[in-house]
Parts: sequence; C-alpha cells; structure tokens
Amino acid sequence: MKLYEFEAKKIVRDHGIPVPDGMLARNIDEAVEAAKKIGVPVVLKSQVLVGRRGLAGGIRIAETLEDVAREAENLFNTRIRGEEVKYLLIEKKIDFERELYLSLAIDRTARKYVFLASPLGGVEIEELVKQHPDKLLKLYIDPATGYSPYMSRTTAKFLGLPKEMWKDLHNIMNSMYKLMIGLDAELVEFNPLAVTRKGLIALDAKIRIDDNSLYRHPELQDKALRELSPREQVAKKYGFSYVELDGNIGIICNGAGLTMATMDLVAYYGGKPANFLDIGGGATRERVKEAAKLILTHERVKVVLINIFGGITRCDEVARGVIEAVEETGTHKPIVVRMLGTNEEEGKRILEEYGYKVFSEADEAVRKAVELARR
Amino acid sequence: MGILVDRNTRVLIQGITGREGSFHTKLMLEYGTKIVAGVTPGKGGQEVHGIPVYDTVKEAVEHSGHIDASVVFVPSRFARDAVLEAIDNGIKVVVVITEGISVHDEIAMVNHAKHNGTIMIGPNTPGVLTAGEAKLGIMPAHVFKTGYIGIISRSGTLTYEIARELGKKDYGVSTVVGMGGDPVIGMNYIELYEHFVRDPETKALIIIGEIGGDAEERFAKYYVETGREKPVVAYIAGRTAPPGKRMGHAGAIISMGLGDYKSKREALEKAGIPVADKPSDVPRLLSEIL
Repeated sequence: MKLYEFEAKKIVRDHGIPVPDGMLARNIDEAVEAAKKIGVPVVLKSQVLVGRRGLAGGIRIAETLEDVAREAENLFNTRIRGEEVKYLLIEKKIDFERELYLSLAIDRTARKYVFLASPLGGVEIEELVKQHPDKLLKLYIDPATGYSPYMSRTTAKFLGLPKEMWKDLHNIMNSMYKLMIGLDAELVEFNPLAVTRKGLIALDAKIRIDDNSLYRHPELQDKALRELSPREQVAKKYGFSYVELDGNIGIICNGAGLTMATMDLVAYYGGKPANFLDIGGGATRERVKEAAKLILTHERVKVVLINIFGGITRCDEVARGVIEAVEETGTHKPIVVRMLGTNEEEGKRILEEYGYKVFSEADEAVRKAVELARR
Repeated sequence: MGILVDRNTRVLIQGITGREGSFHTKLMLEYGTKIVAGVTPGKGGQEVHGIPVYDTVKEAVEHSGHIDASVVFVPSRFARDAVLEAIDNGIKVVVVITEGISVHDEIAMVNHAKHNGTIMIGPNTPGVLTAGEAKLGIMPAHVFKTGYIGIISRSGTLTYEIARELGKKDYGVSTVVGMGGDPVIGMNYIELYEHFVRDPETKALIIIGEIGGDAEERFAKYYVETGREKPVVAYIAGRTAPPGKRMGHAGAIISMGLGDYKSKREALEKAGIPVADKPSDVPRLLSEIL
C-alpha cells in the first residue's frame, strides 16, 4: 500500500531526515493560512496516490498569498489522473543547487535490499533503469548484516557530494534502512533529494508498505483500503483478486497465471477482457457467488467467461456459486464456462441444468465468448 | 530420476495437522511420497494418516533418522520461523507452499537458505513433482504423465493446463517445479535449469513465466551464454496486463521499469527459445524443436 506524501514526510522527519517545513490543507482557507505561517514563496502539492503527479499538473508554486488562494482552488477542482484532490501539502519553497535520486528498494533478482542512487534527480526510476543505467548506482544489502556506513561513502562519491555532506548522507541512508525494516516498507524513495547550501533535504518522499506485512502494522490496515476501487474492496473483503480492465468480456478463473492466460486468450481471439478475477485456491461457493455477482452486475460486461481448472478448487462449488449469483442478480447475460478437474461432472450437470453450455477446452470457450460479445 | 526429489527422498511435513497440511499429506502419500514425519508445535505425539507428529524439527530429525526435504504448510505469519527451523536442522530441500508471506520474511528466509546451502523452493508454490516417484506439494497428480520434459513455472493452475495439453499429445514430464508467484523466491529459472541440464532423463524444458521482474530475461541471456544445452519452449502469461497492477500473484506486477510481456518475449525469442501464443500451442512448438 502507498502512503500519501504528507504521511511519508512525517515518518521521514521523525527519523531525522530533513524535509521542508510544511502544513496540510483541506480547503483554500487552510492553504492560505498555512502559507502565511510558513511564509511565501510556497509550493502547493496535491496529495494523491497516483504516480507522476508533477507531470499531470499536481504541483504549483505560489509567490504571493493571492497566488496561493488561486492555485489551491485550481488544484482542489482538478482530478490528477482521475484521482480527486482532498489535501494539499503546503511547503516552504526551497532553493537548491541540484537534485539527486535516492531510494531503498527490494531487488527481487538479487533477493536483497538495494540502495539506488543517481545524480539525475527528478527523473522517474523507470526511466533511469531503461535510459540511464550508467547513471544509476546499485548497492545491495544482505539482510543478515544490514546497512553499513561505507555504503553512504560509496554513494556520496558516486553522486559527487562534497566531504562536508558525507555525514548527512550517512544519517539519511542509515535512517532509510531502519525505516524500511521497522515499517516493513518495500520502497522508500526521495526523488528529488536536493543539495542546498545548508545540506541535503528530501523534497519529495514516497513510502510503499508491503501488503503481506500489514498485519504487523494495525494502524495502517484501514489505509490499505483507500487506494482500492469499490469493486476491488469487495474483492478484498471476500478474498479474491480483482483488477479492472477496459473490455466487455468478464473473466472469472482460478489461479493468477491461468487468469492472465485467459485474458490473453480473449485478446488473441479478438475480444477485450473487462477484468482480471482470480477466485484463488479452494474457493467456497460463497466466495464464487460474490465474485460472480461483481462481474454479472458490471455495466460494461456483455459476456461472462468462466475458466476453471480444478485442483483444490471444486467445480461443483464453483457451479453452485455461479447459479446463486445469477439467481440473486436476476441477470440474463450470457455465461460461457470451461470447467475441468475435481468434481467436474457434477459442476457440468448443475450448469447445464440451467442451460449453460460447458466446454472442456479453453480455446473453444474463449472463441464462443468472443463471438457472443460481438453480437 | 528427475531433479531435487525422487522416490527415496525422506520428507517432513511442517504444519501437518492443519487443514491443508493434513489433506495434502494424504494425497502425497497416495502418490508414493516417502513422508517420514510431521511437525506442528504443541501437537507432538499425535499421528496424521499414520505419520508421527513432533513438536520440533529437531525431534523429528532425531526420531526419523534422516530427513532430506520439508514441505511447509504453516500459515504466513509463522512461515519464516518454520523455514528457519528446517534450515537450521540441516534439511537441504525446503518447499514452501504458503501464500501471503511478508516479503521481508522471504528475504530473510531466502538468504538464510543460501548461506546454509539449502535449496528453498517457493514461497507461494504448488510444489515439486517427479513423475511416478514423489510429489512434494499440492499439484493434482493425474494431469502429469511420466516422460522426459522438465517444467519450471511461476504459476500453479497454468502449469496444470499446459501439462494437460502436453498429455493430449503424449508428452510426459520428468520433474515439474513451481518456482512460486512471489517477488522474492528461493530458486529461479537459471538455478533450476542447471539442475535439469544435469538430469539425463530430461530432454527438453518448458518455462511457464508471467509478467513482473526480469527472471525470464536473465534466463534467456544465461541460456545463450551457456551454449543452449537443452531445448526450451516458453509460454508467458500477462500480455494484456496493465502496468502498475498486481495480477493476483504478489510478483506479477510491471513496476520500476521492469517486467512487461514484450521485453520477456523478445529476450526469449532472441535466445532461440520459441514462445507460444497460447497454452494449447506448447506441444506443437515442442514437437518442432525435438
């Protein structure tokens, strides 16, 4: 789960890492009030969870209090990549000499923590990785031994920082590692980390927490829901995985790989998947019912395609769940089913009794669904 | 033959008294797996399907003589502890079925395994199956015929789907390994391929990948550098997956500029590995290279 910038900055500041003076504003008056206290010029930063908000116009500079009021109004009335702006972070505008990139992440290939640093601050990490690999330093950390100060010296040299700042960088990197472990974060990112005459300061802060570690942080658990759409929240509640796509063929499968393969197969035969929905292993009738209701009631879905390869998942449980969903929603949308594996015969019997055709081959079922979606 | 496990592998089940642990112990026994002990803290002295249960791995090892491998069904919050216990008691192959483990716990487990020379498979894996010999995990055994194809996969049900397609054309498998669907896992394609290269019974390999990370790209590079020792066919899921979204598996996400379908397919094809457009095309591609 992602934290808002103002939440991340509070944590970062509490860990002794310098950030600009800032206040949170929920409306225009609060924004002006904050600017008065901090002193113009200020930066108004929309607090959203989507990425690349700067490019989307979500960050404004105001030289006067009138500017603050006008820009605040603009931002509160804008959607940043579809996301509503509920808060602004009003921060002192900082003069800097140059901008750096610094993050602590998890390297899945090395299976270790990794510090990423670059003199190209302000550039997104995606671009650094692809376009400027020579300008990106990677320092791996073995979890058994943790952070060690030489890492900051190596980074300082790579970034060309003067000797007076080495200690600052050590303090920052040491705190980043503590924060990463203590908070079970999967990313702690400062982009940019600015070099000023007074030292280093994190102008932006991004923290992402590992979803599987949230049980260790009960104070964060409610926040995990806020980045989910209403449908994704239903999915989370009932324990299946759901991702919204933009097509009209609703998909229900078991297993993440098979679900993606089914989406791809739909596209291969010329259709467009409306979603990714994996009911997970050993799904109960109840879970299947809720999953099927979610897809059946989706206004964009014209056809529902169910592809089940039963192992621990039982075909008859799936069939019963689907039928209950149809009865509860009273929908007449066509449903195409491919079902195989544990209790397959019983599953087929139940569905065929209600007039649904059950295929044994995925290709045939997908072709049928695509054909129905075209009508 | 096959790799990692065979009919002589002496197996421990951690979390044997739980619902999944107990259910799959029965199925593994039916397949012929030599399960010699189980562990659930606080349940020592019980039996599950005739297998003695101990409180600790130490006791299990002491009473069963020797244990080669462990299968972990322990719930995610306690999985790290269970895996460290297995490694510290000298078990050399640990298969972690559990899904939803903290990535920080996974980093600790994986590095501890490496430092101790333990092969850790998973987490979030359907397990390892050597056809006709042993099954350590939850794969539905009936879809796998015995043969000479090795499979390395990031996905469970998709593996069953492709194994079934293979079976229709009379291709059987030597060993099937589920690598696991999480971002941080014990063994990747390269390490497992090394095992398969050394296995005389495996004539060709199938790689079942998905979006996220760059394991497929790295394997492609390694495959060329080491002289393409055995023929490989691949299938990659997630061509239509949007960036920045987790597709069910914690590891199936295009992020930090890595992990999209195109990059994987291009890297594999450049390495001379044919990539199937759909699961049902895999047997045909296999017949073309054999």
